[in-house]
Amino acid sequence: MDLLGDYTLRMVALGSGILGAVAGALGSFAYLRRQSLVADALSHAALPGIAVAFLLTGSKTPLPIMLGAAVAGWLATLAVRLVVSRSRVPYDSALGMALAVFFGLGLVLLTVIQKRPDAAQAGLESFLFGQAASLLRDDVIVMGLLGAASLGVLAVLWKELKLLAFDGEFGASLGRPVRRLDGLFTLLLVIAVVIGLRTVGVVLMSAMVVAPAAAARQLTDRFAPMVVIAAAIGVVSGVGGAVLSSVVPHLPTGPTIVLVLSAIVLAALLGAPRRGLVWRWVRLGRLQPSAALDPVLMHLYALSRQHPDEPDHGHGLAVLRTMSPAGADVERALGDLEARGLAQPVGDGLWAPTAIGRREAERTLRRQTGGEP
Amino acid sequence: MDGNRTPALEVEDLTVAYSDQPVLWDVDLTVPVGDKMAVVGPNGAGKSTLVKAALGLVPAVAGEVRVFGRPFVRGRGEIAYVPQRAGLEWDFPTDVLDVVTMGTYGGLGWFRRPGKAERERARAALDEVAMSEFERRPIAQLSGGQQQRVLLARALVQSAPILMLDEPFQGVDAPTERAIVAVLDRLSGEGRTVIVVHHDLQTVPEYFDSVLLLNVRAIDAGPVDEVFTEDNLRLTFGGRVGVLAQLAATVDRAR
Repeated sequence: MDLLGDYTLRMVALGSGILGAVAGALGSFAYLRRQSLVADALSHAALPGIAVAFLLTGSKTPLPIMLGAAVAGWLATLAVRLVVSRSRVPYDSALGMALAVFFGLGLVLLTVIQKRPDAAQAGLESFLFGQAASLLRDDVIVMGLLGAASLGVLAVLWKELKLLAFDGEFGASLGRPVRRLDGLFTLLLVIAVVIGLRTVGVVLMSAMVVAPAAAARQLTDRFAPMVVIAAAIGVVSGVGGAVLSSVVPHLPTGPTIVLVLSAIVLAALLGAPRRGLVWRWVRLGRLQPSAALDPVLMHLYALSRQHPDEPDHGHGLAVLRTMSPAGADVERALGDLEARGLAQPVGDGLWAPTAIGRREAERTLRRQTGGEP
Repeated sequence: MDGNRTPALEVEDLTVAYSDQPVLWDVDLTVPVGDKMAVVGPNGAGKSTLVKAALGLVPAVAGEVRVFGRPFVRGRGEIAYVPQRAGLEWDFPTDVLDVVTMGTYGGLGWFRRPGKAERERARAALDEVAMSEFERRPIAQLSGGQQQRVLLARALVQSAPILMLDEPFQGVDAPTERAIVAVLDRLSGEGRTVIVVHHDLQTVPEYFDSVLLLNVRAIDAGPVDEVFTEDNLRLTFGGRVGVLAQLAATVDRAR
């Protein structure tokens, strides 16, 4: 325990924090581009690169290992592109194949290396789940430089990468080299993986990329805040996990970081305002007893079913009044539905159910009829 | 119209294939300046592909695209593109004004951020499509018609001389359809050229000056009252299987 003095904890916390910030920020872009699997494939694919780097240099010095991991990750993305362009294999399957092949190769190489008599190989398997406690000052400096560089690129190319994430085709129509931007972004993800090698390892790395973004998306409807929140969640989990694992004996750092992160994600999925499950339950709870009292929503839904191709086809107050019993306050009911996000005005005094409204109406129908609407 | 003016858009011998299937075959098209043209054809006729290939968004096997007499190069701000609404990720965390401001990115270059001037232009475009009051609304909370107006505003911000719209009337409410038609009329009145992939045959004569009838090949193109005939429509919408089989055979021979 003497070895785990302040210095170690400081290094571990700093390294994990850097990883959290970079993975969280980059992960937001990857998450919005539906590239979560890319992060997973990239990190798993790093393993054979680590093994080959060790075989070539005979040591575990950070730079060659990181370089090997980066090259292997990059090769994996090239392989995926080649498979997708030369065959009919879909993108996600190609990613899965690359992940399995590269990771499998890495495990084989690792086993071969461990059978060797020399002692230098000891601990190479720590790159699987990370061994943050062994982080040295030099490691952290390299991680910090890489992290600063990738966050710098992110800041400079902010609007280009945002365009790529939201509507790459439109970006291309503006004359942006979308393919090269895509390649650059993949490179940034590779760097994030490299930063995480010593801390959480190749297996848990994808969680560091995907999970903060998933939680941040629950908490905001704006882009820049999402990236910042994701980075902050990454930092909090990194530092929190590091501290926790140093306080509790025998707790491995990498997995602890991921567990702290998972707790945050779970809390966000459940408790986030508007998007969280609890919020939905509460709102549905409010809805449930009044569902029968919301005939206006059911009428709107019934009317909208007449126009299955035009979900926004609206209907006027007059129609809804005709359908409702005399004296019913249709206008107030509509206002109430709008406030709950179940119906919306579509112009010209016309109203239509929202997607949520349609879903709730269908659910009510199913409850009433016990079958499909 | 005056035939000696340089056309806004010329497409020559444009051929596009997806995994060896021809999607567009040897399409020629000339669109005069200020024209309001509908691109009409059955599903799978290559309407969207024509727009994307003209913009260089999908690779062409062969063909040439000229804009105002010059070979087309993206990034000169000559063509503003409105993609299909359904192809976008509307759960993206951003608001209406931000999406419209993306239309100014082309003129901003790589490293400049949009500032007050860009946002003002975006607001003006939002005003044109009657969406001003929604500028801070998250795009996830928009109706289909509102989404379409936002995409149109994003194209208007570019002040491009040519606009290409892919199915802007698909699944929108009547007020939105009227608003879009009004904007297109105004644009063509200003001498801008508008090319619209359109699926509703009935409204073609009302909304457009000219029409391209497309079914993998260009069946015919020109002023609506000359080209939009029953015979041409039958050629375009009937006998599709035969045309494809014929083309497939031609491609096989060419390989």
